[in-house]
Amino acid sequence: MNVLIYLVPMALLLGLTGLIGFMWTLKSGQYDDLDGAAVRILPDDDIEN
Amino acid sequence: MAEVLDLSRFVERSDNGNAHMTLAVEGVGCAGCIRRIETGLKKLPGVIDARLNFTQHRLAVDWRDTEIDAAKIIETLKTLGYGAYPFAPERVEVDESRRAKWLLKCLAVAGFAAMNVMLLSISVWSGNASDMTQETRDLFHWLSALVALPAAAYAGQPFFQSAWGALRARQLNMDVPITVGVVLALGLSVYETATHAVHAYFDSAIMLLFFLLCGRYLDQAMRRKTRQFAGNLASFKAEFAHRFDADAKLTRVPVSALQRGDRILVRPGETVPADGVIVNGFSEIDQSLITGETVPRAVDAGTIVYAGSINCSGALTIEVAAAGTGTLVDEVERLLAKATEAKSRTVRLADRAARLYAPVVHATAALTAIGWLMAGASLHDAIVTAVAVLIITCPCAIALAIPAVQVVASGRLFRSGVILNSGDAIERLAEVDTVVFDKTGTLTLPDGLVDDRAVDPDLLERAARLALSSHHPLATALARCVRESVPYPAAIEEPGRGVRAFIDREEARLGSAVFCGLANKAMPAPADEGEASTICFAHAGRCAQIPVRQRLRSDAAAVVHALAACSLDLIVVSGDRLEAVRPVAARLGIRQWRAELTPAEKIAAIESLTSRGRRVLMIGDGLNDAPALAAASVSLSPITAAHLTQARADALFLGDRLEPVLSAILVSRRAKALMRQNLALAIVYNALAVPIAVVGLVTPLIAAAAMSGSSILVTLNALRARVGRAPILPRDATSPPVKAHDPAVEETDRVDAGRVVPRSAAAGHDCVEHNILAHETLEVAR
Repeated sequence: MNVLIYLVPMALLLGLTGLIGFMWTLKSGQYDDLDGAAVRILPDDDIEN
Repeated sequence: MAEVLDLSRFVERSDNGNAHMTLAVEGVGCAGCIRRIETGLKKLPGVIDARLNFTQHRLAVDWRDTEIDAAKIIETLKTLGYGAYPFAPERVEVDESRRAKWLLKCLAVAGFAAMNVMLLSISVWSGNASDMTQETRDLFHWLSALVALPAAAYAGQPFFQSAWGALRARQLNMDVPITVGVVLALGLSVYETATHAVHAYFDSAIMLLFFLLCGRYLDQAMRRKTRQFAGNLASFKAEFAHRFDADAKLTRVPVSALQRGDRILVRPGETVPADGVIVNGFSEIDQSLITGETVPRAVDAGTIVYAGSINCSGALTIEVAAAGTGTLVDEVERLLAKATEAKSRTVRLADRAARLYAPVVHATAALTAIGWLMAGASLHDAIVTAVAVLIITCPCAIALAIPAVQVVASGRLFRSGVILNSGDAIERLAEVDTVVFDKTGTLTLPDGLVDDRAVDPDLLERAARLALSSHHPLATALARCVRESVPYPAAIEEPGRGVRAFIDREEARLGSAVFCGLANKAMPAPADEGEASTICFAHAGRCAQIPVRQRLRSDAAAVVHALAACSLDLIVVSGDRLEAVRPVAARLGIRQWRAELTPAEKIAAIESLTSRGRRVLMIGDGLNDAPALAAASVSLSPITAAHLTQARADALFLGDRLEPVLSAILVSRRAKALMRQNLALAIVYNALAVPIAVVGLVTPLIAAAAMSGSSILVTLNALRARVGRAPILPRDATSPPVKAHDPAVEETDRVDAGRVVPRSAAAGHDCVEHNILAHETLEVAR
């Protein structure tokens, strides 16, 4: 059972990373324009001819 | 003299001196629009960044002030084909989006904690069934506590705050049992963990918070969406005024920037932007938006005019007495305050349920604990059972039963062109048994339609091209049927009389009969034209009298018929003249109608209906309707309505058709039925689960699972509100063939910045035409 000593903190840490990541996406406004993100991938004007 | 556009009120400065502005953009529909707008603007020298929010239809632009100005940016967008209006978010909207963000954060924290605590809990349960040592179990319980306690403290805030607010006001709401349940479950779990017990209930508490937050967030999201949409509409309609600056130069300023004592110029065809006194000029003004009276009133220097009146003929200089809060608007506001107060007395279904339910929950839990103690159980067992009861009766299902249906139904309404201002409007719409219509702008369209049957097409085209040079409402209606949109050069508008220009070296005149020299010529009046407004045109010895009439919304008759079929009583209540109201009512087959009513009389009419136990839906658009809208138990306004009226209406409908009114009622009725079903489901669930919990057969965890199950059931049932049948209107057999490019139809919902829609283009006269256009699909701005 000694394996728990590092496995459990690791699991929690991973979860926390996810949470922090979500908070960051929220703060950087990535949910402000959900419909826009869906259509912005369509034009391919970033491709240099 | 080129007029300067002053948008400084909307422009923000960043620290490095660059300017920033948010614009509400009209006409955005596809991915191509994003690129056209963004690259189009970025090509301009001085523009640093332009980013379009496709969800909200708002554009954020940053630019260097030294190289380009705000007016140029708006102009560029116009040439790209998009109307753009400076946008300043309202306080409410800012608050709502901040709250939505906060709820989402709480939801994320609760979700994170729920996942981890459940992982630990499942380990403990399987360990309990096999060979877990007590030390490991304690470790897991302490780890759960480590995650759950801070998470609950953070994610529970929306509930704790609301519960505390209610308790301080000596009331109980749904959040009180939630808070008590969560706090008890957590406290008990800590105690259990400290005493090395087999069970802890961190998982129940945190799952509870997670599910509740989901419901709250959805509810919030619905309200925010309508707010955003309404915010855009408000800026599409934001008006501009021409202000005389100190050096007598004209500046275009947003109406909200006007101050008392400012002198403004109001040109013919424009709306008076603020209450004030006429300093010079004479004209006729159309006060139909305020009084419902469509006959223009002659005004000259010294006359007081009110915001919202339309200047028909001459240019006026007005000294602003009070911008935004004029005397007349004050009066209307006063009536509104009274009427709104009366309405708030009716209690919402959800609140009614909550008020009944919350004390019952607490009492049941307390009685369970006391009962078990008296039966000789230990304090610990008694509390565990009581917590299980508290959680299983937790009003999740009941709390979700109504909001979930509201969210789904309002999405459905949104697609049929109805925008809700208040969430509980659905309940009230469903109960309606009487529908009261205003006439002008509600049953009829706000803008006039030229009757081109009697006029020679060639002559009409010339008249329409000449009309492009005029601001008069009648001319605006006429200009809409122009084929070649090129105004004649050197056209001169004579305020109050008409417009003239030389066409092929012969003078052409468009305007009043006198102006065109037709005053004493007996014009053969076409048959049923008695009530139409006419505009005259004379050129090279030929002349024409062009009728412009108010027309019914294309599907008015069909909708009225369908509403009557839903066993609703229909009444027309109008501020307009008797002769104007009677034919409309007759044509629509509405037997009850009243004309020439003042705003106060409209309220009285509605109140007398209400006092007879009627539930009244009021549909109106004018400023004079606003108090009546508030007095009715529920109200609808077309999107072209006056500002104040829109703010008062429970819901707005889009487009040229009246059909959204019918959808609103049908969808609401269905939604109400689903709400009742959901409540019934929740009650049945409780009736089954509570006795079992009271007897002590349920641990808090099973309670939490059962509670979630019932919530999911209720939510799924709510989704059925999405699939309701669309109301099908019978096609009128007599309807004329579809005009693919009827300009009047295309103009739907287009609102210009400087000019409020000429609500009553056929100002002064009312003639109504039974003009059923084919049923185009209503394009709802997304």
